[in-house]
Amino acid sequence: MTRQEPVLEVEDLRTHFFTRGGVAKAVDGVSFTLNRGEILGLVGESGSGKSVTGMSILGLIDPPGRIVGGAVRYRGEDLVKAGEKRLRQLRGNRIAMIFQDPMMTLNPVLSVETQMVETVLAHDKVSRQQARERAREALVRVGIPSPDERLAAYPHQFSGGMRQRVAIAIALLHQPDVIIADEPTTALDVTIQAQILFEVQKLCRETGTALVWITHDLAVVSGLADRIAVMYAGRVVETGTTVEVIDGARHPYTHGLLGSVPSRNRRGEPLSQIPGMTPSLLNLPEGCAFRPRCQRATEICLAVPPLSDGGHGWRCFHPEGAAA
Amino acid sequence: MLVFLIRRLAQSAIVIAVMSVLVFAGIFAIGNPIDVLISPEADEIERAAAIARLGLDRPMHEQFLSFAGNALSGDLGTSFVHGVPAIGLVLERFPATLELALLAMIIAVVIGIPLGIWAGLKPDSAAGRIIMAGSILGFSLPTFWVGMLLIMAFAVSLGWLPASGRGATVDVFGVPFSFLTLNGLKHMFLPALNLALFKVSLVIRLARAGTREVALQDYVRFARAKGLSPARIVGVHILKNIMIPVVTVLGLEFGSVIAFSVVTESVFAWPGMGKLLIDSILLLDRPVVVAYLLVTVLLFIVINLVVDLLYSLLDPRIRLGGAKA
Repeated sequence: MTRQEPVLEVEDLRTHFFTRGGVAKAVDGVSFTLNRGEILGLVGESGSGKSVTGMSILGLIDPPGRIVGGAVRYRGEDLVKAGEKRLRQLRGNRIAMIFQDPMMTLNPVLSVETQMVETVLAHDKVSRQQARERAREALVRVGIPSPDERLAAYPHQFSGGMRQRVAIAIALLHQPDVIIADEPTTALDVTIQAQILFEVQKLCRETGTALVWITHDLAVVSGLADRIAVMYAGRVVETGTTVEVIDGARHPYTHGLLGSVPSRNRRGEPLSQIPGMTPSLLNLPEGCAFRPRCQRATEICLAVPPLSDGGHGWRCFHPEGAAA
Repeated sequence: MLVFLIRRLAQSAIVIAVMSVLVFAGIFAIGNPIDVLISPEADEIERAAAIARLGLDRPMHEQFLSFAGNALSGDLGTSFVHGVPAIGLVLERFPATLELALLAMIIAVVIGIPLGIWAGLKPDSAAGRIIMAGSILGFSLPTFWVGMLLIMAFAVSLGWLPASGRGATVDVFGVPFSFLTLNGLKHMFLPALNLALFKVSLVIRLARAGTREVALQDYVRFARAKGLSPARIVGVHILKNIMIPVVTVLGLEFGSVIAFSVVTESVFAWPGMGKLLIDSILLLDRPVVVAYLLVTVLLFIVINLVVDLLYSLLDPRIRLGGAKA
């Protein structure tokens, strides 16, 4: 699996927000590697820093936020140090992004054609006609019927699922190496969600595009991702292949998340909950951020646990499955 | 679309009918034109003759009915003072006011929108704060005072621009316009700037508020994630979204600039409709005042129609008439 050269490497990424209330460490030392054509599920609750991680990769963090440390290497080139011009060349071209709410990501006053053609023209010197043809093909690829009519239409004439397909088509226009998908199916109903998941997976496999799928839903990524990274309060607390993380979760937080997903094997039993709430990023507990909610926590947890080595790593002094 | 236009025309006809009643009744409430028009030395017989000639001896409803009947055939009465058709007097002055108002609106848009967008994109920057402070001045300073300052600065001290009048005009289809000659443009510039000042401030505020809202939207973020240039994001994605409130207010303001540019026209001795209105009110020249107000009503109706049509161009979600929802 790791024989391939990684297309995207995130190393010790730190993105902090300098607000009036203090410094919010939204992303605080996130590392992961993405190989060509690989699907990584980035899982976490609201406020765990998963979306900020995605934005940081493309350099789309607005003040008061700032990347304060670490590296984002695209084919070896550090994007944190890259200038705005270089980033703009890569955005939408080599690294594309899909956002959560399809109702909001397309500009309501511009036609789909305008929004697709401008994306083509932003990176390739082709004629308008050629750009339009490519936009048409992209719509066909994501399964939108009568693409010619649809190109002339405006976003409000599409359903939510269709809009997300358009957004995916836009992301695919330049056959990028990486797509960062920030909860793209959360706002859709379940059947549409399943269709989109299936198609995105298929398209990525066909084109060899690597995918970072950001979600709060472990059930979604377990069927989709090759590898999973679980985030909590700005840090990756557990990472490994999907099988390792889902079937052999070591971090108590991952364990808690898995316990809160309904499953056929535990029919009738109440779902378990993780006690407490996600801590405020302005006021993180010392050491392991999960400590106040963790039943296994001891004195030693006042220090930040290191990510254990190996393909399957976790940040915990008292991992599940080990003698407490 | 056709349904929309027909419905709109019917509404407009009602508005004009109601307005004509109001205007006619209102004008009766102020003063007696006879006192102003007839010399104090005239005897009773001359007075009675003059009153009968002007039709002022008849009861009000009779006067209105004959006025309304004539109005339908385009005759809004004859000026008491000038003895020529009132509508002709108003329309003669109309081009001067129209071109002045148009130039003022162009200045407001060309200056106001870029500054407003800038202030909206960088609300905390020094430039953003200066623009907003400046717009407060534009709102608060009285027009006549600014007009006099402009004359003092550019006409008297610097001597760059003329202080009054229309300058050279060129006839287009028999209508004189100033904007086609350099001299005319010079004459127009100061009064137009004076008129525009308030509108610039208004446009700045609207554009800034819109930009601040739109810049945070996901579709702007998505546009950035697509790798678009900042010029395209601001010039297309943001601009088109903030234009609806701007167009609405500009439409209303355009009407009011044409109808009520009285102060500026007085300060700069611009021979437009505003000045005619003031003179006519002072002389109680009823037909001219009535004609003026009706032209103004018509103007507002036309502007509102144009604004509605512009909406549907700017925002595809707006379908005129709502028939195909």
